[in-house]
Amino acid sequence: MALLDIRNLDLRIARGSELLPVVQGVSFAVEENETLGIVGESGCGKSLTALAIMGLLEGSAVRIAGGSVHFQGRDLLTLSPEERRRVMGDQMAMIFQEPMTSLNPVYRVGDQIREAILQHRSMSRRQAHDRALDLLELVRIPDPVRRIDSFPHQMSGGQRQRVMIAMALACDPKLLIADEPTTALDVTVQKEVLELMRGLQTRTGMSIVLISHDLGVISETCDKVAVMYRGRIVEQASTSTLFSNMSHPYTLGLLGSIPATDHDVEWLDAIPGRVPTLDEAVPGCAFHPRCFAAKGSCRTVDPGAAAVSPAHFVRCHFPQGSSS
Amino acid sequence: MTRPLLEVRELRTYFSIGRGGFMRRKSVLKAVDGISFSIHEGEVLSLVGESGCGKSTVGRTLTQLETATAGTAMFDGRDILNLTHAEFRPLRRDIQMIFQDPFASLNPRLSIEQMLAEPLFIHRLVRDRSEARERIAATLELVGMDAKSMNRYPHEFSGGQRQRIGIARVMILTPRLVIADEPVSALDVSIQAQVLNLIKQLQRDSGVSMLFISHDLGAVRHISDRVAVMYRGALVETGEKRQIFETPRHAYTRKLLDSIPRLEKRIA
Repeated sequence: MALLDIRNLDLRIARGSELLPVVQGVSFAVEENETLGIVGESGCGKSLTALAIMGLLEGSAVRIAGGSVHFQGRDLLTLSPEERRRVMGDQMAMIFQEPMTSLNPVYRVGDQIREAILQHRSMSRRQAHDRALDLLELVRIPDPVRRIDSFPHQMSGGQRQRVMIAMALACDPKLLIADEPTTALDVTVQKEVLELMRGLQTRTGMSIVLISHDLGVISETCDKVAVMYRGRIVEQASTSTLFSNMSHPYTLGLLGSIPATDHDVEWLDAIPGRVPTLDEAVPGCAFHPRCFAAKGSCRTVDPGAAAVSPAHFVRCHFPQGSSS
Repeated sequence: MTRPLLEVRELRTYFSIGRGGFMRRKSVLKAVDGISFSIHEGEVLSLVGESGCGKSTVGRTLTQLETATAGTAMFDGRDILNLTHAEFRPLRRDIQMIFQDPFASLNPRLSIEQMLAEPLFIHRLVRDRSEARERIAATLELVGMDAKSMNRYPHEFSGGQRQRIGIARVMILTPRLVIADEPVSALDVSIQAQVLNLIKQLQRDSGVSMLFISHDLGAVRHISDRVAVMYRGALVETGEKRQIFETPRHAYTRKLLDSIPRLEKRIA
């Protein structure tokens, strides 16, 4: 049984009297000790999917319109908030792009880590303090005994993200959801933070859902990948399969858009046009107005997810370079 | 070799931080601390480095948005760092800047036409409105926009389209040097590629010289002829693009290149 199993998740956003679909029929599973990457551009629904898993959509304009989110065998969407907190408890944690907005600027980082620990564990303040020190050491903050009394603004962006990771790991979660955790960081710091996350996974066996717009980050970090476009997963496969046999024209377009650093390319294979806005209805496949392979049926019929090979799914009438 | 269009020597831009006072020392932030480089006609030089290294301050100093502490910057034979604002004004047409968000500093209540016409009238490049409209239409088409979009307002455009309009506002003046500061870093991946291609195409067609300031090594490799790597206010290495990317000499350049996440490229 997968640790996290999402089936046909549908999310809608309230716009006036209308409910517009923002995530449609999203299904994926994450096994223990596995890292799943969700890649896509802004507005594709990757962050909303994460917030739905965490139960953080309450009070927002986004409604869960259908589907299931099974975590350790129980559907979180059928539970009341209290039951949900009990089932999820300290087993799931999330980190965000900009650690400064998630950390409280007027409390010392040590206090904030201790609070995260004491929310879920009954122990003395002394024990919580020691645990906080251990966590800072675990995320390789230099000189933790001194840094535990620092305020967030006294730390660099990379150190703040390490503190966020320390807080997320406070109760040994089974699942860590990381939403663009390195996007605000410099490339050299990004490398350190990604290495840290991989190392912690090896130690603890936790599962990770890594959300990113950066195919390079996904490629280096994840076991499998889901590519999202306009609320749907358009391609899903193991990382090695995806990169050796990309099938969806959008995935190919994303790859072609990235300027290489190891060789010279005269012109980038950019995807033409732009992502349609939420209220622009696109009949047929949502990608067809930008797709180089679009033909008649793409304009009228929305393709379902089909297997190109076992465990490689693509939502396209004319998948590219299929190995058959 | 011909004389460079821009020759920067020992440029320093310092900021004083904190208030001085009795028995208190004012501290000085050396954002740019003695850098030298040159850009020839038609050449693209990239300034690459991480946040806080001072790369944006270089661009801002060269356009007099910051005041240089020391050094010279010879542009077409004149030191642009030692001009009064009045003396610098006519040069503004020749030295134009593309920002990350071109509309951050523009009035949202102006139509695109008004926005693009303003610099044309300031620099007296057109005589009347119909001439301005003609030139605006042509420039909008050059950047891949419909000429009709001149009647619309900034909020009606997506991020990629806004940057195209920002580029149009620069190119309409036919500048000799363009300073582009992180022009694509706020855009989505697929839109970044479109805009990078556009900048490269326009640069080639017009032969304008460019200082391309970026933290994105991929974008830098795509766009430049030569690359200068900046670290803590100083240049650690300058060279031809291929030399920098393929045989980097400085340890910091190697560290930067080594940090780029690799795309798995397997042949099935």
